[in-house]
Amino acid sequence: MLHTAVASRSFRRYSTYVGATLAGIFTNSVFGAIMCFVYIEVWAANPDAGGYDVTDAVTYVWLGQAMIMTVAVWGGGSPDDLAARIKSGDVVIDFYRPVGILGWYLAADLGRAAYHLLTRGLAPTLVGGLLFDLRYPADALTWLLFAIAVPLAVVVSFALRMLASLTAFWLLDDVGPRTLLGFAALFFSGLTVPLVLLPSLLRDVALALPWATFLQVPADIWLGKTTGLEVLGAYAFIVAWAVVLLGACALVLQRAERRVVVQGG
Amino acid sequence: MVDAAVAYYRIGSLWVRASMAYPASFWMMAVGSFLMTGLDFVGIWILFGNVDDLGGFSLTEIGFLYGATGLGIAFADLFVGRVERLGQMIRFGRLDTMMTKPVPLLVQVCADEFALRRFARVFQATIVFTWAATYVDWTLPRALVAVEMVVSGSLIFFSLFISLACIQFWTADSSEAANAFTYGGNTVTQFPLTVFPSEIVKALTFVVPIAFVNWYPALFILGREDPFGLPSALQLASPVAAAVMLAVSALVWRTGVRHYRSTGS
Repeated sequence: MLHTAVASRSFRRYSTYVGATLAGIFTNSVFGAIMCFVYIEVWAANPDAGGYDVTDAVTYVWLGQAMIMTVAVWGGGSPDDLAARIKSGDVVIDFYRPVGILGWYLAADLGRAAYHLLTRGLAPTLVGGLLFDLRYPADALTWLLFAIAVPLAVVVSFALRMLASLTAFWLLDDVGPRTLLGFAALFFSGLTVPLVLLPSLLRDVALALPWATFLQVPADIWLGKTTGLEVLGAYAFIVAWAVVLLGACALVLQRAERRVVVQGG
Repeated sequence: MVDAAVAYYRIGSLWVRASMAYPASFWMMAVGSFLMTGLDFVGIWILFGNVDDLGGFSLTEIGFLYGATGLGIAFADLFVGRVERLGQMIRFGRLDTMMTKPVPLLVQVCADEFALRRFARVFQATIVFTWAATYVDWTLPRALVAVEMVVSGSLIFFSLFISLACIQFWTADSSEAANAFTYGGNTVTQFPLTVFPSEIVKALTFVVPIAFVNWYPALFILGREDPFGLPSALQLASPVAAAVMLAVSALVWRTGVRHYRSTGS
């Protein structure tokens, strides 16, 4: 109940910046259109590159634009707030609260993600659908399977961003780790190029890393590349990363808490 | 003009000294920015693992286009990129303080928090440009056009940054819309314009002249006919486009400043 309240407040907090949201939607749409023309040219020369056809590729571009803010590929969201509070020392108050830090910040980030999915996710996809021929999930079940995969991906992304922010307990400045994480996420999420286009060895590595859950795995569900029992495999993959990474966060937090106490609060 | 340059240099070197107080942070961000901007080219390179040419252009030719537009935006970003923060300066009332000082306002805004680490982008673009340039059949006129291309390209991006930032005199929180033109313009020109529909190419020539950043001069340097059958005089017209853009941005800036009324706090 409390976590729902945190999530809905976070949703409302982001929804106050209407101008910024509209500007972001415009920018996402422009970048989406640019990449579509490039991919149309690529798939005209090689009609089944990476096992996609041109409609899959164009759809993938718009799913990518939709996921940038929803999954927070470049970073941001509630872990950034925590990093600022670690630097200022306000994090002590977070430790006092009768709820766990991890659950509190995760709820806030899910609230943010819900807002970004409905605005920065949905709007550019509608624009893309008007400008280009897109492929939509084949049936209601596929819609549902995709809709479940997205929040799971947000949890994985949250845990990674959280780990980067938590380094601030030791480094006091989390810019370095955050930059490196953003770099890895930008490439290994499949936002730079679809992971299916990578040379085979690199592709296998990329598809096993947690960033594959950001875009490639949900996109393959949407496009109907992952069907039937494979979907369960995809879910198991996302959930496994979520559990491992959240576990790592909990561990690091525990050590950080002791460190804060030693410093004298 | 000289006075302004001296003032810019003084404020800029002040900030460089300040940022050097945290060398580890400086280098991590510089390396991060170098890797991040280089990722675009890695993406293009991976696309070429799936096709032999893109829009009739080879990888080295696209590298030349990429390097040229990269240098243009990198120089503009280094010197005036800070103007993006105009909205924030207005909100915090810092613009009011700046107006009382005997240094041109634009110089103060652009030199504010001058970040030498942005040089990483120049460095990255230089590497790709130099590599691609070794495949070009150089003559004296082509070399002169190359110099003119980089200067004009920088000035065009410079003007875009400034005129679009002026939107923030009216709406302070929509700075991201400018990205669609600045970074979007950079992304469009990383590819041969043959990839895009001819209406878009005409718009990029006559409405927002981003095509002059690299496309037209590069056609001259690479010894290619205009694929859209536009007059070859355009290939030498980049300085004209740059001059027009500069005039427009000066006008927009003046209008913006005249319109500006403090936040009143």
